[in-house]
Amino acid sequence: MTHTSRTPRADGEAAVGEPVITVEHLDTHFGERQVLANVDLTVRRGEILVIMGGSGSGKSTLLNHLLGLLRPSAGTVRILGHDINALDQVSLTDLRCRMGVAFQGGALFSSMTVGENIMLPLREHTRLDARTMRIMARLKMEVVNLAGFEDLMPAELSGGMVKRAAFARAIVMDPAILFCDEPSAGLDPVVASTIDQLILDLRAAFGMTIVVVTHELESAFTIADRICVLDQGRVRILDTPENVRASPDVRVQALLNRRIETPEVDPESYLQRLTGDIL
Amino acid sequence: MRAAEGSPIAGIPGFLARVGRHTVAAVRETGYAAVLTGEALMWLAVGARRRQPVRVSAIFAEAMETGVRALPIVTVLALTIGVMLAVQGIHTLAQFGAESQVTTGIALSVVREFAPLITGILVAGRTGSALAARIGTMRISQEIDALRVMGIAPVRFLVTPALVAMVVMVPCLAFWADAVALLGGGLYVGLELGMSLSAYFDRIFAALTTDDLLHGLGKSAIFGLLITVIGVVNGAMVSGGAEGVGRASTRAVVHAISALVVTDMLFVLVLTR
Repeated sequence: MTHTSRTPRADGEAAVGEPVITVEHLDTHFGERQVLANVDLTVRRGEILVIMGGSGSGKSTLLNHLLGLLRPSAGTVRILGHDINALDQVSLTDLRCRMGVAFQGGALFSSMTVGENIMLPLREHTRLDARTMRIMARLKMEVVNLAGFEDLMPAELSGGMVKRAAFARAIVMDPAILFCDEPSAGLDPVVASTIDQLILDLRAAFGMTIVVVTHELESAFTIADRICVLDQGRVRILDTPENVRASPDVRVQALLNRRIETPEVDPESYLQRLTGDIL
Repeated sequence: MRAAEGSPIAGIPGFLARVGRHTVAAVRETGYAAVLTGEALMWLAVGARRRQPVRVSAIFAEAMETGVRALPIVTVLALTIGVMLAVQGIHTLAQFGAESQVTTGIALSVVREFAPLITGILVAGRTGSALAARIGTMRISQEIDALRVMGIAPVRFLVTPALVAMVVMVPCLAFWADAVALLGGGLYVGLELGMSLSAYFDRIFAALTTDDLLHGLGKSAIFGLLITVIGVVNGAMVSGGAEGVGRASTRAVVHAISALVVTDMLFVLVLTR
């Protein structure tokens, strides 16, 4: 498979396809705490959107909403034209067959071999015979450069190989949308760059729409068509990497330049916080 | 108004709060267990129609683990229990010169009580804890989320096969334990009282009715259901990494054994008096 680099779009528009993911006025609360506030987001067909933000910014929560793993307090999440929170079980299963997810830690089933992990969606959702499923799994393993490892257990793989196997399982049903949660987290820079390249290759080869959640700046600017910066549960900016880099927003620049913002401390409230419920 | 420090009632609000929290948690877990059982049975009934079939191969794999692989340890325990009952029975009845009546005691206590209870406790320790640990580990490593986003209902994939296997295999193991424990008792009775095995089993079968057997096996099926649901509920509530998995596993065993003993007592109260 040839390696493909990201093609900057001359017209400033990040992607030209129709919207495949639309998030409107999304609010989420965990108890009293508001985690996402009025999030609006559109991802177009064939686009790579990177969702960035610091710890606690709400990016993992947003991803869980896009996957239909959480129900919002308010707002809608439409995937491929369907409100993911309003679907019945059969329609949701159909929709999920058109989505692939590569989790941060791989989430491979430790009791199955790598090959069985990759074949699982085929076994559960198709009527293909075992030999065809094995061939399809091998095909995807070739795509992620993991050929020959199908009989190993996940515990026998390195960190980078686990991520690749997770990608192979995520794309085995040829999904229209691929979601990646921190794909290069915990990997050394060389392996991380191969994962970035893999994401670009998958888009080039299969024309997938890809949503990546990451806090790795280099990775984000390498692969993104557009970047969405989340801060304290709100979308701070959603634009091309060039425009994000040039943003005058202080908090966006703080994230990009890894500056720590120390809030001013009121001595009275600080003392109250330390001793209020004890004295 | 807060009670003064050192006053006898100072700790009462905290104690009541703890009792309240535990009560709410217990009600929540019981409700979750009921929903889980209902959902597992629902997938068994309508899974195929909803394109989520419960795989027979998965049930067989669970049955092998729960039942067949537990046979050696069940055999050892059942044999020991049978011998122990015979020793104790002969020793007690010797005071009345009625040693030969030991067969009735062995038959009823093994088939109605000891075989189902010992099998249940063994399966709770072996399979219930493993189930809690497996579900807990899958939860913290996002494998449950992975199933959901792949369009695979986790309860159908993980719980229903385990539930069916347990409800079938625990009574099978209890039946095996019946046979082995009665044999163990027979061997000791033969040695001690000079009774032949055929005479011993004639007396055993004369003492037992079909109701006695069904009482023990029916109880075992309920034990299987309880062990599965308690294991899964504890696994599904895991938080806090490997330490949380260990805690859930231990908690599953303690809860399951407690539930088994209480259920057994209720069975005895309702059906034996």
